[in-house]
Amino acid sequence: MSRKLIIDPVSKIEGHGKVVVQMDDNNQVTDAKLHVVEFRGFEKFIQGHPYWEAPMLLQRICGICFVSHHLCGAKALDDMVGVGYSTATPMLPTPEKVRRLGHYMQQLQSHVTAYFYCIVPDMLFGMDAAPEQRNVVGLVEADPELVKRVVALRKWGQEGIKSVLGKRMHGINSVPGGVNQNLSQAARDRLVNGAEGLISLEQVLEYAQDGLKIFKDFHAKNRAEVDAFAEVPALNMCLVNEQGNVDYYHGNMRIIDKDKNIVEELDYHDYLDYFSEATEEWSYMKFPFLKARGREAGSVRVGPLARVNVTKAYEDNCPLANAALQEFHDYTKGKANDMTLHTNWARAIEILHSAEQIKVLLNDADLQKDELIITPASNAWTGEGVGVVEAPRGTLLHHYRADKEGNITFANLVVATTQNNTVMNRTVRAVADSYLGGKAQAEITEGLMNAIEVGIRAYDPCLSCATHAMGQMPLVVTVLGADGKMIDEKIR
Amino acid sequence: MTVKITIDGQSINAQAGDAIVDVAAENGVYIPTLCYVKGKPCLGTCRTCSVKVNGRVMSACTIPVTEGMEIDVNGAEITDMRKALVELLFAEGNHNCPSCEKSGRCELQATGYEVDMMVSRFPYRFTPRVVDHASATVWLERDRCIFCQRCVEFIRDKETNQKIFSIKGRGTHARIEINPTLANKMSAEQVREASDLCPVGCIIDKTQGFNDPIGKRKFEIKSIRARVLDTAAKNMTANQANSLNREHP
Repeated sequence: MSRKLIIDPVSKIEGHGKVVVQMDDNNQVTDAKLHVVEFRGFEKFIQGHPYWEAPMLLQRICGICFVSHHLCGAKALDDMVGVGYSTATPMLPTPEKVRRLGHYMQQLQSHVTAYFYCIVPDMLFGMDAAPEQRNVVGLVEADPELVKRVVALRKWGQEGIKSVLGKRMHGINSVPGGVNQNLSQAARDRLVNGAEGLISLEQVLEYAQDGLKIFKDFHAKNRAEVDAFAEVPALNMCLVNEQGNVDYYHGNMRIIDKDKNIVEELDYHDYLDYFSEATEEWSYMKFPFLKARGREAGSVRVGPLARVNVTKAYEDNCPLANAALQEFHDYTKGKANDMTLHTNWARAIEILHSAEQIKVLLNDADLQKDELIITPASNAWTGEGVGVVEAPRGTLLHHYRADKEGNITFANLVVATTQNNTVMNRTVRAVADSYLGGKAQAEITEGLMNAIEVGIRAYDPCLSCATHAMGQMPLVVTVLGADGKMIDEKIR
Repeated sequence: MTVKITIDGQSINAQAGDAIVDVAAENGVYIPTLCYVKGKPCLGTCRTCSVKVNGRVMSACTIPVTEGMEIDVNGAEITDMRKALVELLFAEGNHNCPSCEKSGRCELQATGYEVDMMVSRFPYRFTPRVVDHASATVWLERDRCIFCQRCVEFIRDKETNQKIFSIKGRGTHARIEINPTLANKMSAEQVREASDLCPVGCIIDKTQGFNDPIGKRKFEIKSIRARVLDTAAKNMTANQANSLNREHP
């Protein structure tokens, strides 16, 4: 009897999505889809607002990676007013470094949240564990010392964001052509030395290694399962600097294949020439792809796994992350890594990389300087701007146009989760094939449901960014027979 | 001439002719206002300062104190009435505090906090309004206008004293207008003055946006209530402390 498995909504991710797996009479998976059931409106309702409000309003699309949206919008505004990389008037050092610091702080806290709160419980307790155990509360009971360190680490990242952007969430520091404040010496010293209820930079660097240790232990004990879990092919894309290594704030978009050959490298201002977006009636999330390669072959993976695949080495002043990266590369002997659960390995490496990059910046006296903004003459106004950054979840793009009066007339957001749409669907299919294909079981187990979610969760998708809105996430799984009647249902 | 009144049951000696809103502030009682500007003629347009005087609802900025007035500022009914008035302002316009340039220094937003407004009890109208760019230096963000008329009365051409801003249309069709010819004659200081005088983010200086960091804006540093009461206390100390004696019940 053919069956349909529905996971609605997918849990421990940001936003609302559901999974439907369709099986035929022979219990073979015939289709598997990740549906995104939210509707997005941000691109529309920003229209008509003064251009400088775009980074302020559009960062509200997300409560997790708002700094990325804010900076992406700010870079687009830099373009519009005629300051920054794509113009003859480069950004001053202090504002760029202040922006980068906020960006790395957010990457640290976002990755820590996703990794420890949502992903580690799956590793420590196993996919078959009861949902009431397999969460951060279960983690508190199992390893309270670890959770204390995680909470402290995340808090430090949030406090860093507050120091740079004025608020722990949805702050504002980037304005067209610069920033509106530097990092004060007192704020810098507080982050470096710690304070009551706040760990020091030295502790941050120590705690930031916890994630890597957990993954390695987990991997050592479950190597075959981890490596075989949803190995899905995809091109890998991220922003790179002149050395061809990841730059989370600025660079060319580089896309590599399995052998790490460069498939494309482009100035992100030209993205429309290279990328197109497909739509499906069953999802509000689009499917971007490289035009030259077509819908399937041209889909890219972005985010931690893609970035560590593209990057050959980190900066010399990030030795811990560099050592971890080399170990990662050695594991696949120079080939790009397509193993979905290794995304969590990559995320743990990036936690460390962020911490080391923050350390470098906090020791840079430019952050306390007062030259914060360049305001070009009005004839430098271009009225169009594109900003791209590497958000925690991957390559994020904002593209705006404004009329001569400065009103936004067009906005296009291509977020990381959207870039990953096709790859996430491939992952769902791969997990479904592996766990369900050919097995005549009508009963849905908790482990089976969660295995599919684990595959999706590895991408740390932000469906709110890809569309908008967030809310409660109950989980309903239903098995339907070929006649449409319910065979089994579980609700949690 | 000194008159004796009560505010919320507290007996107070006040100077006859002073507005209730000022007398209250000088005696430590905050009454929210949005159109009233201390030292300028009262406009009486927003009604946010509504209080009960001898049982009747009146605006505290337009009514001078007289002998024997019994004024109810913080009774449950009048407090909720003021809150409703603020909610109506939010429901009528299109106020996007998260992205507004004025957030943190907006009197409407600050007053919303003071009256404990969480959400409007009235349905939002989502009135379509068009931004006006006619001036070279001012963005007229009509979504946020509350028709207080501060700009209409107090921002005038320096040479001719002509009004630069005006209200056109009536009722739900009312809209704030700007005379671009006169507006373009405004100095940078006058544009800033107009922008600061606007209690919301309707009059925006095109040359400057989001310059004050979050957390360091006017009402983030000190609440509108504390500002009003502190200013009144200073005035009281300077001008009236010797002539007025407050009586305690």
